[in-house]
Amino acid sequence: MNTRDKVRVAGPGIRQSMSDLHTWAGLLLGWVLYAMFLTGTVSYFKDELSQWMRPELARQSGVPDQAVVAQRVADELGNIAPGTSQWSIRLPDARNNSAYVFWRTSGRSPGQQRAFGEGNFDPATGQKVSSRETLGGDFFYRFHFQFHYMPVVWGRWLAGVAAMFMLVAIISGVITHKKIFVDFFTFRWGKGQRSWLDAHNALSVFGLPFHFMITYTGLVTLMALYMPWGENAAFKTPAERQQLSAELSAFTQPGKPSGQKVALASVEDMVRQAEERWGRGNVGRVNAVHPGDAAARIAVTRGDAGRVSMSPQYMEFEGSTGKLLSVRDNVGAAAETRGVLYALHLGRFSDLELRWLYFLVSFMGTAMVGSGLVMWTVKRRQKLRNPDRPYFGFRVVERLNIASIAGLSVAMTAFLWANRLLPHPLEGRADWEINAFFIVWGLALLHALMRPVKAAWVEQLWAASVLLFLLPVLNALTTQRPLWHSLAEGDWIFAGMDIMCWALALLHAALAIRTARQAAGASSKRKADRHAPIAVASSEGAR
Amino acid sequence: MTSLVHRVCATGPLISRIVAALFGGYALAALSSVAVLALPMSRPQAVLTGMLASFLIYAGAVIWVFAVRSALKAWVGLIVVAVPLALAAWSVS
Repeated sequence: MNTRDKVRVAGPGIRQSMSDLHTWAGLLLGWVLYAMFLTGTVSYFKDELSQWMRPELARQSGVPDQAVVAQRVADELGNIAPGTSQWSIRLPDARNNSAYVFWRTSGRSPGQQRAFGEGNFDPATGQKVSSRETLGGDFFYRFHFQFHYMPVVWGRWLAGVAAMFMLVAIISGVITHKKIFVDFFTFRWGKGQRSWLDAHNALSVFGLPFHFMITYTGLVTLMALYMPWGENAAFKTPAERQQLSAELSAFTQPGKPSGQKVALASVEDMVRQAEERWGRGNVGRVNAVHPGDAAARIAVTRGDAGRVSMSPQYMEFEGSTGKLLSVRDNVGAAAETRGVLYALHLGRFSDLELRWLYFLVSFMGTAMVGSGLVMWTVKRRQKLRNPDRPYFGFRVVERLNIASIAGLSVAMTAFLWANRLLPHPLEGRADWEINAFFIVWGLALLHALMRPVKAAWVEQLWAASVLLFLLPVLNALTTQRPLWHSLAEGDWIFAGMDIMCWALALLHAALAIRTARQAAGASSKRKADRHAPIAVASSEGAR
Repeated sequence: MTSLVHRVCATGPLISRIVAALFGGYALAALSSVAVLALPMSRPQAVLTGMLASFLIYAGAVIWVFAVRSALKAWVGLIVVAVPLALAAWSVS
């Protein structure tokens, strides 16, 4: 045994081992986490983003009469999806100017487990909206937990693994940190690695309760997928499983229809009764099983606003007569805990101020992950034996950081550009918007691989800044709703989007300018150190 | 050859810990999510309680694995907790 082994037996201090755990847990899936954080952050405004991405749909000046809309859409579904075994209407509310509907398609081929149709419906007419085909803000929302171009279940597992790494990184990060609150008030500007560390600490500690909550509750949203073992052990029959799903959702699996055709009673009246219970505009969904059959059941659910819980609350009606069968307004303690945690993650109960707070703290979480990723390279760059030729792993991290941080901003903005630029109608238009996002992101990765490191950072940050800055201009040129018009109308969704684009353009420009300056500072310092100006000038770019 | 032995000796404990954290931690969490069924609560509530707690147990297990002084101790700790959980889980399923 030599001294090195002895040291290992004695073991490094707990702070050191937690620091290593923090570093590697944070790094390994850091790029995935960064993308999840940023797309999740913008998803707090997903409904507003969806409205912006469907500019043909008129601005909604107030919440339309939900009961009337429900009846209109239900009638229309009778025309376009007759004989469906199940449909669900998400009614328009304060944040949604269209009704979103999905329904089971009747033709079930043998290989197909479930087949669904879906669409957005105009509250005024009850018809499918004629706006451009787009996934809207739901793209970022879905990408946030299931990514794209891969089976949904794989994506959700990847998101779960990443969230688990994040949870471990948060806990180990706190343990690593001896003087957590003292350090919070410490900031050393312009000191390279120390400044990155201080920024990372400030971002992490300020939002710590939020970061922990959002990571844990994220796991809770998909916990039945990640931890099915208790459910598998406890329930053997579908009927038993139904006991559990009734605690979690207002959806029921359609049983057998009677085969006897009976027209649906007034959906409007059912929604009216629900409004009496929960207040006007506070109805979430209308779910039907076997509409048009004698065995039809309609569940009218409570909306997500006005309560910090996603637990099912609904009134069930007999479809053929409109008779109220049952009211469900509470679930068991554990189920309610899950409902509250779920709601905390989604933040749908928020009013405008709280929603902005969610957005800002979540944005800080994104910056926390980003600054952590950058710190990994900053810390190691100083210790490089040969700064001209960093080792392979260092170069991989450095390049991936650029593409996943600056490149993601460019790609997300490109998605919005595609929404305005792609012709309408176009076959598979919604998919092409998404393809545009990934093509641009791929190009950003190529660019990051080919250009010198600092140049790649600066150029991509400028690209994001310029694209963001010009987006309101593009919007003014391609829609009937330019900024001056939205301001005059008091249309804060469109105006807010334009103004946010400019704010984010400024942020990216500031980051670009700072990065460019730092590059100059760092290389001049190294010039003095190494007396080899020519080699150093390109040192950052050496691959 | 000796250098290979040396490398195995050097990285073996680390790999052992990583396996303990990733898979041992998950197994412990999964086990606890079943063992919770032994608690005197209704089955749906017990199942949900198990799911809710499992991620904290998983995270705690990972921290434990890297906080203790040796890989052996990490495994022993996981097993010591797993045995009563396994008994409880076995009693209900």
